[in-house]
Amino acid sequence: MSAPAILTPDAPIRPASRAPRPRATVQHRGAILAFVLPFGLLFALFYLVPIGYAIYQSLLVIEREGTFGQAREVFGGLTQYVLVFQNGPFWNSIARVLTFGAVQVPVMLGLALLFALLLDSPLLRGKRFFRLAFFVPYAVPGVIAAIMWGFLYSPKLSPFSNITENINFLSADLVLWAIANVVTWVYVGYNMLIIYSSLLAIPTELYEAATLDGAGQWRIAWSIKIPLIMPAIVLTAIFSIIGTLQLLAEPQVFRSFSSAVTSTFTPNLTVYSTSSIPNFNLAAAFSVVLALATFILSFAFLKFTQRKEAK
Amino acid sequence: MSTRVDTPIPVRPRRSLAQRMSPPAPGPRESPLARAGALIVMGVFTLYFLVPIWWLLVAATKNRAQFTGTNPLWFADFNLFENIAALLNYRDGVYLKWLLNSALYAGGGALIATVIAGMCGYALAKYRFPGRELLFNVVLGGVLVPATALALPLFLIFSQVSLTNTFWAVFLPSLVSPFGVYLARIYAAASVPDELIEAARLDGAGEVRTFFTVSMKLMFPALITVFLFQFVAIWNNFFLPLIMLRDEALFPVTLGLYAWNSQVNQIPEIRAYVLIGALLSIIPLIIIFLLLQRFWRNGLGAGSVK
Repeated sequence: MSAPAILTPDAPIRPASRAPRPRATVQHRGAILAFVLPFGLLFALFYLVPIGYAIYQSLLVIEREGTFGQAREVFGGLTQYVLVFQNGPFWNSIARVLTFGAVQVPVMLGLALLFALLLDSPLLRGKRFFRLAFFVPYAVPGVIAAIMWGFLYSPKLSPFSNITENINFLSADLVLWAIANVVTWVYVGYNMLIIYSSLLAIPTELYEAATLDGAGQWRIAWSIKIPLIMPAIVLTAIFSIIGTLQLLAEPQVFRSFSSAVTSTFTPNLTVYSTSSIPNFNLAAAFSVVLALATFILSFAFLKFTQRKEAK
Repeated sequence: MSTRVDTPIPVRPRRSLAQRMSPPAPGPRESPLARAGALIVMGVFTLYFLVPIWWLLVAATKNRAQFTGTNPLWFADFNLFENIAALLNYRDGVYLKWLLNSALYAGGGALIATVIAGMCGYALAKYRFPGRELLFNVVLGGVLVPATALALPLFLIFSQVSLTNTFWAVFLPSLVSPFGVYLARIYAAASVPDELIEAARLDGAGEVRTFFTVSMKLMFPALITVFLFQFVAIWNNFFLPLIMLRDEALFPVTLGLYAWNSQVNQIPEIRAYVLIGALLSIIPLIIIFLLLQRFWRNGLGAGSVK
């Protein structure tokens, strides 16, 4: 028809004067804005702005004129960060959660993997029951689980008092591992389900041949299934690492069961107790360092496992 | 990290669940010894996972004298309903208020968070626009920033605008779910065909209407998963309410029970209320999980197949 005649090959499609560089026109601009804006706005307000504000606060110091003068906030550069790096209890708490994670995360994920493989193998009957029974603790909030286990550990009230009267799980030596048990109890089933559902996505044909060749269940699990579900295991590991560094609710609850849990037991407890002094600038600096450490550690873990897979 | 996530999930033929639940009878290859071993391992851990909850259930049915005097793992006189009534009347029924607060924070928050995360993930998967990859990468970074790290800065900001110690201080931050956007994006890329959107366009439906009438239905399993994750995250959230709220009437149930539990040494009779309250507080989540399990079982897998 006549319309194509207007756009001869010679005619400039866009006038050069209006667009300095060629830009593709975005179709459905209004719809895209409507889809993206609500999340974008809230994400900016409650993720990006707080991060920026925490960094800003961490760069301030409180200055007073004389001992009783008016306090005012002035720019202090990295003063708070120097304080963070000199703060022994904070670094002790970081070391404590790293020790915790080095033991608890492998144990928890090892159990989750074992259960997922058993659920996926022909060895087991009553799978529906086990899957549900193991997942139930995930419905218990961390605070409630900690309260419950606090009673179970206590020498007098525990149903296992013949054990707890002899071994004090709430002592300074053991309380960290008592908390590790609470966290494991809550999250094994959840991690098991993530791993199990990626096992379900493996086509059966992949190991039917191996079964015909006489490979046992353990051999199939080790050589076929585990390599294929590695991404799911990496994902659960990253979320567990993040969770470990952020430990707060369980130790906070345990403070009323055990005096061994101090106000600087974990990094987040340090942030909380510093902010209730109140010393918001130092607490903000703690928060920034902790968030950065979390980010670097989980990112490094991701890169490390990716490189290993590529080999 | 975007390099691995950009590829949509491969839609592999999933073995149906029914197929997996009743596998062909184990052949002679599976030795009885291995089967017994598997059963013993699973049996022992069933006890590990369920005995604490069983103990809580039994403890909630006892009166104060029997709590210490009788077998902790078996029932004495059945006082559950008297105990619940006492709990609900204690301090003018503040416990019920906490339960309602939790339902409002978690239910309302998760519903809105799911819809806006679904919309954003859908736009990221189905439209081309400048800044799309940047936005997605920033959101992915957000997945790695734990909510607890934001609690203190949020408190500082909310206190600037005098919003601490209000309903909104806990509710508003709960509306953001970066993980939801991520899951919605990979799921939309795999399950909403471009042809279908094109067909809706030819029929004259607007983009937004197409999303709400057609695409959302196809994304439903993923959206249910996002809703559940967000619901659990808000229901379990502790640091944000701890740092934001002073007024007991605004507490979610976790914070309320925590507050009671730290008073047990001063007020011994409160211990019974803590235990019964703990039992009641986990029932809503268990019910929701049971009702929606058909959905989250499948959705969970989508998130992990990176």
